[in-house]
Amino acid sequence: MTAVARVYRWEIAKLLAQKRTYLGLGAAVVVPIIFVVVLVIQSGNGPTDVPLGRYLRDTGLATPFVVLFFMSIWGLPLITALVAGDIVASESHNGTLKTILTRSRERGEIFAGKLLATFSYTVVLVFAMGLVGALAGTIAWGLHPLTSLSGTTVPVGHSIGLLAASLAVYVLPLAGIAAFGLMLSTITRNSAASVVGTLMWALLMQLIGVLPGTESFRAYLLGTQFEAWHGFLRTPADWAPVVRALWVCSLYIVIPLIAAYLVFLRRDVAGE
Amino acid sequence: MSDAPPVAARALVKRYGEIVAVDRVDLTVERGDVFGYLGPNGAGKTTSLRMLLGLIRPTEGSAQLFGRDPVVDGAKALDGVAGFVEGPRFYPYLSAHKNLRLLADYDGGDARAQIDEVLELVELRERQHDHVGAYSHGMRQRLGIAASLLRSPQLLLLDEPTTGLDPSGMRDMRDLVRRLSAEGITVLLSSHLLTEVEELCNRVAIIRRGRIVYEGRLEELLATAGGGYRLRTAELERARMLCSAQAGVDDVRVIEGELRFQADEDAVAALSIALGQARIGVTALVPQTASLEDLFLGLTSDDDEPARATREAIVA
Repeated sequence: MTAVARVYRWEIAKLLAQKRTYLGLGAAVVVPIIFVVVLVIQSGNGPTDVPLGRYLRDTGLATPFVVLFFMSIWGLPLITALVAGDIVASESHNGTLKTILTRSRERGEIFAGKLLATFSYTVVLVFAMGLVGALAGTIAWGLHPLTSLSGTTVPVGHSIGLLAASLAVYVLPLAGIAAFGLMLSTITRNSAASVVGTLMWALLMQLIGVLPGTESFRAYLLGTQFEAWHGFLRTPADWAPVVRALWVCSLYIVIPLIAAYLVFLRRDVAGE
Repeated sequence: MSDAPPVAARALVKRYGEIVAVDRVDLTVERGDVFGYLGPNGAGKTTSLRMLLGLIRPTEGSAQLFGRDPVVDGAKALDGVAGFVEGPRFYPYLSAHKNLRLLADYDGGDARAQIDEVLELVELRERQHDHVGAYSHGMRQRLGIAASLLRSPQLLLLDEPTTGLDPSGMRDMRDLVRRLSAEGITVLLSSHLLTEVEELCNRVAIIRRGRIVYEGRLEELLATAGGGYRLRTAELERARMLCSAQAGVDDVRVIEGELRFQADEDAVAALSIALGQARIGVTALVPQTASLEDLFLGLTSDDDEPARATREAIVA
């Protein structure tokens, strides 16, 4: 096992031993269930003002797409920030960073392990939410073909493939938020400040996107990339937003990570 | 492992803004030493140890462990080195055994196979599956030693290892340090407990306001205050006049109702005969030995308390 893999394995073990991990994951899977229960209790159509909202009661496969839309505003950014903002800061605060930095692993290896663990958590979060949303929706409304955003009918098997692809693309902007959280966690060494700061930053990205006069650069805001999966649900598939999400999110991921990495490599680790 | 000394700090400086926490510190720990690093709180002991372990970067100078510099060589500089600063820290939500497994995995090699052995050594085997969050301070200190021993160290850096322990915990910790030293492990021990250093260490460095004010063998330090004698007598003034006139007896002073003076053994022997011949009754004539505490206070006494308080707050 490589050095980074060892660090990664223990970062996952640490996450699995902490309540906040389950708090986040629990919220990610409970939200779609509550959403379905509320809609089952309510009568009528909708929500009609969100993508696929009007087809929600036609097939359970529409549920995760609609939940993705609602959770992109602050739900998933908050849950991501809970871990990303804490992963370095809590160790700084508890003094365990000193413990692991005085063993035989280089700082770069420890940073890489923490980064991979943060991204793994982000991926698990999105896919767990998608899976539970699909299951809850299917129990409520059955497993039927999905109606695409272009109005065409997509067979069940293909719809599941589109859901997986959409979740994968949805991970990209969330990874951008995770990278920002990791940066704040490394620089501020303060868990609460990092979590709140990351959430504020995610909300700011959303806010800028809805302000008048921002049309010229709206396509390059992180918040906009949460809609990239819409491209998969058009017939034929529109790859432009997906490709744009790939490179735009890469920038939002790489720039904070470089800053965090440099700080982590050189910073003084003293008493907090 | 190279022939370089376990610890060689040269002109080590750490500044925080205008505050100089460590000021041109030179420190050499030789193989087999139990080296006491003494100083009042905030003197710069912990900051020095942090630089030795590569946790913080020196502003100037270099710190080498067995010839390797943590700033240049990274984690490789810590091969054969273990220890902790400001007390050992562990993941409170993991058991002691899991904490050690984590650290053993970070270390690689055969560290994992030694977990049971080191837990046995620090008498924590029965509590190894309890979360560290439920451990007492003393148990954590012992676990810190266990975590250090997993690395099969040639050099142990321990920052105030007995701080916060009860008397029996302190005794156990000192016994452990003694035992490890007997096994050939070099120990650098920072402390502000003079009895501890006197009991365990063969060499010491004393740091005051970031600067080393003494480095050398403990016995030599204690000997620097030797040569003084105390004389108690019923006829103080006559005895003082006689002492002052006696060859080889210098620096005669009356302090707290007795005479103090400097002299070698031959001069003291001659003095005792002279006192007898002068029919001056002597109730006590004893060599005056300075304790490490006297020496320490002499070397570290500070007439600039407000400045020291500010510095302590920053350095601590």
